[in-house]
Amino acid sequence: MAAAVGPGRGGSEFWRRFRASRPGVAGLGLVILLAATALAAPLVAPHDPHATSLVTLAAPGAPGHPLGTDNLGRDIASGVLWGSRASLVVGVCAAATAIFLGVVIGAVAGFYGGWVDALLSRVTELFQVIPRFVLALLVVALFGGGLGKLILVIGVLSWPQAARVVRGQFLALRGAAYVDAARVLGLRDTRIIFSEILPNVLAPVVVIASLDVAGAILLEASLGFFGLGDPNLISWGLMLNNAQAYLRQAWWMSVFPGLAISLAVLGFNLLGDGLNDAANPRLDA
Amino acid sequence: MASGGLTLRRYAAGRLLQAAPLLLGVVVVNFLLIALAPGDPVATLLGEYPAPPEYVARLRQEFGLDQPIPVRLALYVWNVARGNLGFSFAYRLPVAQLVVERLVNTFLLMATALTLAAALGVGLGVAAARRPGSGLDAASTGVSLAGYSIPDFWLAQLLVLLFAVALGWLPAQGIRSVREEYTGLAAALDVGRHLILPALALSFRYMALIARLTRASMLEAMSQDFILAARARGLPERLVLVQHGLRNAALPVVTVIGYNFAFVLAGSALVETVFGWPGVGRLLYDAILQRDTPVLLGILLMVSATVVVVNLLVDLLYAVLDPRVRY
Repeated sequence: MAAAVGPGRGGSEFWRRFRASRPGVAGLGLVILLAATALAAPLVAPHDPHATSLVTLAAPGAPGHPLGTDNLGRDIASGVLWGSRASLVVGVCAAATAIFLGVVIGAVAGFYGGWVDALLSRVTELFQVIPRFVLALLVVALFGGGLGKLILVIGVLSWPQAARVVRGQFLALRGAAYVDAARVLGLRDTRIIFSEILPNVLAPVVVIASLDVAGAILLEASLGFFGLGDPNLISWGLMLNNAQAYLRQAWWMSVFPGLAISLAVLGFNLLGDGLNDAANPRLDA
Repeated sequence: MASGGLTLRRYAAGRLLQAAPLLLGVVVVNFLLIALAPGDPVATLLGEYPAPPEYVARLRQEFGLDQPIPVRLALYVWNVARGNLGFSFAYRLPVAQLVVERLVNTFLLMATALTLAAALGVGLGVAAARRPGSGLDAASTGVSLAGYSIPDFWLAQLLVLLFAVALGWLPAQGIRSVREEYTGLAAALDVGRHLILPALALSFRYMALIARLTRASMLEAMSQDFILAARARGLPERLVLVQHGLRNAALPVVTVIGYNFAFVLAGSALVETVFGWPGVGRLLYDAILQRDTPVLLGILLMVSATVVVVNLLVDLLYAVLDPRVRY
């Protein structure tokens, strides 16, 4: 992964600088923890997260329920562990969608300039003006919110930032000597865009990808909190939606899933900071 | 300077012209959502009730649903331009009226939260920049990270748990006390008490953002020659900080507020849901539960239009505040 990230053959140099960044290492640790939780959920969760029981609203520390139970007697600890799956899958897949769209759109706009650039810039602006959360809410409310749709909606609404950065980089690089050389050699535009220029702008893209995962996890949780999302999935946002009606009786229904969201988002934010430190060694942040 | 005023006016006019197609784009997106959404609006309107096909056809004609898409789009734009955003069947009110009423409460919450965020954020950022590397600086970095990572609706629930449920200091729900009839100042104070927790929950993320940007711009400003000159003239450090350094902190605050306005509105929707605050967010939540599509679309439209206007104002304010901005 790291080798593909660094500009040119500086992969190991990139990795060395990343390891020197304390936030980056902490973030990577949290992300690994999240991934491990998602993988191991079936093995370590004490209960089936969907299973209801007669032990309702049990406080943390109740026998068999370390983090307590909810209003239907479902185990909170199991919900928190299983919820990592939805967060991670939606977060990573939605960010990948956003990065793919952003890179292609930004590259085309920056490379060709002119009316293509003008048109894409207007579209980017439009996406920045419409509140992402409200639009996502509306689309899920109107079209339904299965896992795939959720990923698609969040991904499609999150590409503008990557597009803007990639566009800027392409604008700066399209006049570079090696690009002219590639043109003289008669390389096709797609080849120049993706093989010649793109590898040189990957570092900032990787930073944005990490931040996009954090944003997507937050957006998925927000939609879940509004009661929208995949009803068959265990999701931290939905758990918080459920907790809202029982705030006075059961603080644990809110505290643990919220903590889980915060740590997951923090992990990807820190990872992004670390990647940024590694990608821009001159900036002493 | 006279020519400066003229260019500013020309710049403002130019930006206004740019905003117009953006607004049209918002309307078109809105229309596409309606047109592409599954389900027949007439069938939804009639519900389970068996209706003769002639009646259904008449309804379709009445609503223009028998027209081709471009004609329907034109009709829709024409309606929106006249301020007609449709009718809410759940509330039995025109959508535009309903949304405007709720927007007032949302703006009260947002304005309070952003004021709080600006005051606390600038304070924290300046304090951190005075002693880089100190414990306070580290604390402000921690606050920034927490601000980016903690969902505002969860922070809202935590505030309810602590200040309303555990301590019982502040109300957890609504905009005013239901049991008391307050008037005048007492009524305003009552709303104020209800405002504290939601405003705190909403402000946290932006306070963190503002603190981080203020710290960075203060550090940059304080390393400039004019600061050295001010110190050399023997100006007290406090004056150097406020008169020369802080002036430069105004821009990040304006930037954060302006370019995050759409996010603040969204955050407000979530926070309002936790506190039962009767704003646009709460309306959005209820509209989803009741499948009140005209209200959903009306909110998206008006909220987006608000963001366009605010961005426009921020750009203008920016041009006035920062003489380096060329327009």
